[in-house]
Amino acid sequence: MSTVTLEDIIKPENLVYKKTDLMTDKSLSYCPGCGHGTAHRITMEVLEELGLDEITIGVAPVGCSVLAYEFMNIDMTQAAHGRAPAVATGIKRVWPEKIVFTYQGDGDLAAIGTAETIHACNRGEKIVIIFVNNGIYGMTGGQMAPTTLPGMKSSTSPYGREVEMMGNPLKITELVAQLPGTYFVTRQAVHTPAAVRKAKKAIKKAFENQRDKKPGLSFVEIVSNCNSGWKMTPTDANKWMEDNMFPFYPLGDIKTDGQLLK
Amino acid sequence: MTEEMIIAGFGGQGVLSMGKILAYSGIMQDQEVSWMPSYGPEMRGGTANVVVIVSDERISSPVLTVFDTAIILNQQSMDKFEKSVKPGGVLIYDPNGITHHPERKDIIIYQIEGARLASEMGNAKIFNMVVLGAYLKVKPVVQVENVIKGLKKSLPERYHKLIPMNEDALNMGMNNVVKLN
Amino acid sequence: MGELKLMKGNEALAEAAIRAGADAYFGYPITPQSEVIEYLMAEKPWERTGMVVLQAESEVAAINMVYGAAGAGKKVMTSSSSPGISLKQEGLSYIAGSELPCVYANVVRGGPGLGTIQPSQADYFQSTKGGGHGDYRQIVLAPASVQEMSDFVKLGFELAFKYRIAVLILSDGVIGQMMEKVELFDPIPRMTDEEITAKYPWATTGKKKGTQRRIITSLDLDSHKMEEHNHHLQEKYRIISENEVRYELIDCDDAEYIFVAYGSSARIAQKAVQLARAKGIKAGLFRLISLFPFPGKEMAALCKKGVKGWLAVEMSAGQMVEDVMLSVKGCAKVGHFGRYGGIVHSPEEVLHAMEEKIIGE
Repeated sequence: MSTVTLEDIIKPENLVYKKTDLMTDKSLSYCPGCGHGTAHRITMEVLEELGLDEITIGVAPVGCSVLAYEFMNIDMTQAAHGRAPAVATGIKRVWPEKIVFTYQGDGDLAAIGTAETIHACNRGEKIVIIFVNNGIYGMTGGQMAPTTLPGMKSSTSPYGREVEMMGNPLKITELVAQLPGTYFVTRQAVHTPAAVRKAKKAIKKAFENQRDKKPGLSFVEIVSNCNSGWKMTPTDANKWMEDNMFPFYPLGDIKTDGQLLK
Repeated sequence: MTEEMIIAGFGGQGVLSMGKILAYSGIMQDQEVSWMPSYGPEMRGGTANVVVIVSDERISSPVLTVFDTAIILNQQSMDKFEKSVKPGGVLIYDPNGITHHPERKDIIIYQIEGARLASEMGNAKIFNMVVLGAYLKVKPVVQVENVIKGLKKSLPERYHKLIPMNEDALNMGMNNVVKLN
Repeated sequence: MGELKLMKGNEALAEAAIRAGADAYFGYPITPQSEVIEYLMAEKPWERTGMVVLQAESEVAAINMVYGAAGAGKKVMTSSSSPGISLKQEGLSYIAGSELPCVYANVVRGGPGLGTIQPSQADYFQSTKGGGHGDYRQIVLAPASVQEMSDFVKLGFELAFKYRIAVLILSDGVIGQMMEKVELFDPIPRMTDEEITAKYPWATTGKKKGTQRRIITSLDLDSHKMEEHNHHLQEKYRIISENEVRYELIDCDDAEYIFVAYGSSARIAQKAVQLARAKGIKAGLFRLISLFPFPGKEMAALCKKGVKGWLAVEMSAGQMVEDVMLSVKGCAKVGHFGRYGGIVHSPEEVLHAMEEKIIGE
């Protein structure tokens, strides 16, 4: 029996998956099981497939994905906490022919950056916002986020989020869908292969909208897990997400072609 | 030559624009000028005043507390600025609405019935030009032709038809200013 | 000779932005500087030069729009007044950390807090010592006339791009609101997209295949690298300190008593010099134009020529005076005079203070 080497296997005819060149070779700093890596990858795959990478400028937030620019192999600007939509506005206004997007978490987008988010959406900035919602502040160690569910435990709601005292979780995606400046608003997930395919399609549509100069902002929420913050195994976290997050944050398109659905 | 003056009255009397016209006229004859208004909520209906300096030399402070000339157009301003005229300086005022007339003996006081004359001319808005005419009669720091030049330069074309009326108002002021002491 | 106009300082600043070939202005209204964005919106520079003007939802958003656009290699500007400038400090710190060029103006009003809308110079510490978090400086130019409100925009952009640094035009309510004759400089065409891409290789304009990607960031989790970055910044500030000092001496040749001032206070102090000379006092004015870098060496050199006393005149409780003291320490007496909280001192008060505090003793 002859020995099979790695070189024998990695041949073009055997290739079933190739990492996009738009992801760097740096190991992801995200926890195993986290959805960020997948969200990064499909975003970069979309840019590659649409051939937009050479004219794209991404804006990284503050939060777990603060280092997104270490992994996304494109030109990027790192914004102050919550300010990514304003930073993206600045870039897009002076370079209207470029493709500009922000990649933000829920603390960044829906708490400290609410004003920038709402106003960029309401002005109808011709940008894409990718919003990863895992219901918790991951980077700082699992504190309560604006999207933390009622009763959900975090390090700043250790006995569960008590709505009367801590307020309600914010459905910012439904909120921005109401604004005339948004053109496409959708909520997706990346926890199963089918979900990833759908999410990628949505992200693709968002960038196509910008490329085709559609009138308004495209907003893609990705409901994701945070197994470290939620203190669960990755599989338990995905199960918990399906059972608890999805009923509160239902998946699917909310607004397409500038029209609210239902 | 350096002329340091204040124009003070109500917002809406054209105090700031009178100062602006004067400053523009100074530029027309190659002089240095500065125009420093009081600003803020006062602009909206309360008192308004502006310090205007016209000089042959580089102007130092645009903010002053004593003046060669004060043009005073309401009682509040009289109460505030009569004392700010330098000894030997000039105070010009419109008696309309003035209850306490100026009393200083060490300055020269003139009266111009700007409000009455403007309404007699059928246009209350040219009030400030009547007063400016009175001032230029007393202190010819800029020539009338340069005032007209300045108006032409600073006004949009569509208002140029109003320039003759402004010139009439200037003359009305020049011919009716009265020295009181 | 350029075009002569009678303009407010704020208007001259706005017109200068268009003429300097700025690509964008992002702002938010606040008294006493709202004329800047009002002028720009009325003037429609997007039709004249293609310049973008946008009223942001806040000063915070405006400075972050500046950050984004500056990182993408464009010539951008913002302006505000004291409370709004405080809001911009986060963005300015990021701009310093990422070494981005931009010009911004502060038309200072009295504080603290909401304070007053009247003129003040109480933001000197914030302007010259950093302002936001972290060890950083910015170039600070202090216009004393409407002419300089215009000229310093052009100069500001030159310095901003030369050093990749924020340049602050530190004005106040007097300079912003007053009108003077201004000779406008001839318009500089905006750079084309191709010129920007070629001239600023650091700018995020889209990564071409096979080239290095550009990252605009102020973050480095490796403290050793961050210390190195800080060394680099400090070295840059040292070079700026050596090369970009600007000041003006008025009647200082034989002066025994010198007023030190910048901006509107310098104009008022200049009048105080005239009043002093009329009384036989040998007074002069050291007018600061650059506040950072501070012309301390020049002040010290002048002091040795027989100056008996210095009076720092500023519309604050005493901020710039600290730098004057550090500069001329031991050489001559240094005092401070200033009204504040929105009160503008008069030339007579300024002279009186010199007589009382410096000459009298």
